[in-house]
Amino acid sequence: MSSIRKRLLVILLAGTGVIWLCAVIWIQHSTRTEVGHVLDRRLQESAQMVASLIRRNGGIAGPDAAALVGDAPALPDSRHDFARQLICQVWGFDGQLKSESDGAPTGQLAEQEGFSEREVDGEVWRVYTHVDADLGIRVMVGDARFMRERLVHGVAMGLLAPAMLILPLLAALIWLAVRGGLAPMDRLAQALSRRPATDLSPLGETRAPAELRPMIEALNGLFHRVEGLRDRERSFTAFAAHELKTPLAGLKTQAQIATLAPDAATRERALAQIAQGVDRTDRMVRQLLDMTATENPIDSTAPAEDGAKILTDVAGALGGLAGARGVTLRLETGGAEWRSTQAALLAPALRNLLENAILASPAGATVEARLARDGGRVRFSVLDRGPGISEADRPHVTERFYRGSASPSGGGSGLGLSITAAAVEALGGELRLTPRDGGGEHAEIILPGEPAASTA
Amino acid sequence: MRLLIVEDDPVLSDGIAVGLGLSGFTADAVGTLADARAAVEAGGFAGVVLDIMLPDGSGLDLLAELRGAGSKLPVLLLTARDRVRDRVLGLDAGADDYLGKPFDLDELAARLRAMLRRQEGRAAAVIEWNGLRLDPATQSGRIGERELRFSRREFAILHALAEHPGRILSKTQLEERLYGWQEDVESNTVEVHIHHLRAKLGRTFIDTVRGAGYRLAEGGP
Repeated sequence: MSSIRKRLLVILLAGTGVIWLCAVIWIQHSTRTEVGHVLDRRLQESAQMVASLIRRNGGIAGPDAAALVGDAPALPDSRHDFARQLICQVWGFDGQLKSESDGAPTGQLAEQEGFSEREVDGEVWRVYTHVDADLGIRVMVGDARFMRERLVHGVAMGLLAPAMLILPLLAALIWLAVRGGLAPMDRLAQALSRRPATDLSPLGETRAPAELRPMIEALNGLFHRVEGLRDRERSFTAFAAHELKTPLAGLKTQAQIATLAPDAATRERALAQIAQGVDRTDRMVRQLLDMTATENPIDSTAPAEDGAKILTDVAGALGGLAGARGVTLRLETGGAEWRSTQAALLAPALRNLLENAILASPAGATVEARLARDGGRVRFSVLDRGPGISEADRPHVTERFYRGSASPSGGGSGLGLSITAAAVEALGGELRLTPRDGGGEHAEIILPGEPAASTA
Repeated sequence: MRLLIVEDDPVLSDGIAVGLGLSGFTADAVGTLADARAAVEAGGFAGVVLDIMLPDGSGLDLLAELRGAGSKLPVLLLTARDRVRDRVLGLDAGADDYLGKPFDLDELAARLRAMLRRQEGRAAAVIEWNGLRLDPATQSGRIGERELRFSRREFAILHALAEHPGRILSKTQLEERLYGWQEDVESNTVEVHIHHLRAKLGRTFIDTVRGAGYRLAEGGP
């Protein structure tokens, strides 16, 4: 059942009903026992009373003695429910009916002394037989069973009838209580649904009931995290917009020069600069997109791709750049059987390392890219013979928008290595940048060997 | 007018240098704070166009250093950060002007002219001397009704002399204003330009001070 209100209502109503029913049954039972005791005692006393009256009258002579008991309790209005509750028979030891009250059945009421039950003329009678050996009589006093049942029934009905009346009232009361009790939840839901998407301020929890506070605290925690994420995105967007303004300013300036140029040479040069500027801006936009991609959750359903193929594809895409800079790319992927579902993260990580290596290399140099398995791990290495990262820059190179003072590419975006670092972290791996023996830089991406193993 | 451009984006840096060249300035470009410090120390610049975010630090630091050392070198901040707060911060750090990227070359040139003019204590954009009216914005001059056209370098020399009439400028000082670092100085260029200027303005407009340099003559043509 999805509604707490309905669930509470049903549980409380059913529970109350069951408890009430149990109470009625129990009370009926105990009433029956109690009434039985009282009436039995009355039968006994009545029988003894009749016997003592007979004794005082000097014994029983004939049927007249019946007036002693039979007529005495007879009420004028015989229609009364409890009229003639008791009947009485007096039998001699000789088996003769000495006397009986009005309405007594014709047969003998009991065969034995003490209490007994007997069906006479279609009615069950509860009878007490008092034996008086001196007088030689048996006094039998009885009452009808159905009279007893009626009494017990009356008591039970007296309990059930108000219950029938009270239960609906109780239901209404329970419903009101449940609604009142759940009102803070409704208020919270309303406050949340009225909230604009931009409002991430914490919910006030001082007035909330203690039961809702953990939920409100959890929500506030979530708000806080979302706010933090949004702040980071906002500052990143602002930073990116600023960073894009510089190449745009360059393009605009060169375009104006091309318009104003007094000679063809100046114009040609400006146009070449524009082309170069567009390439650089394009690279920067792609890096910004890569950067956001590293923050997306990992798509574990992507098909697994061969690690060697990922590296070959990235190197292939950079072939043009390498050719333009006069740099040779050499790949070594032999024998490393490894597949990854994370090509979307791995490719930009590798591309930025390779791009940096190519841009750092002098013309005629060779950039090496290797893929190797090393125990349980996978190693991508990119080696160049450029100037390497200066010791002053080394601690900062993976920071966003950090550009080394000796940046050989002549004004990169400062994003490349931070993308690689973020992607490698998302892949659960490690990025190592170390000076290469004999000059240059040795960049390594070390990943856990199991393709599925990644801690995002 | 020789300017120092401190900007790390190569395309923009080249654009500013070439564009300001078209407006009659001579511009030298550097890409890092360290190079900018060395260039300022070497001297010879009438003003600096300074980017804030540089690979080896903030342009504002260089500005603070300059002002701290008592330098009055005019500085125009050129940066992508152009919110009001950034502009206030830059101007309060000692900048003479502020321009946000992207910008218009003409506006940059006009702001630089205005900045340099203020530096020289002039309010009027046009310089007048002995009946000659020089307009740095159009790099042209006028004597009475006669319109005069000058080449970029001719104008630069005339402008330099007209800024402080009566002051003698040596050939080296004039060459410094004419050529950036990448340009080769030809030995007799200044003489050639002075010769052309005298042809346009009259033989006595510019005096030659033997062994010292050149200055504008007191008397009119």
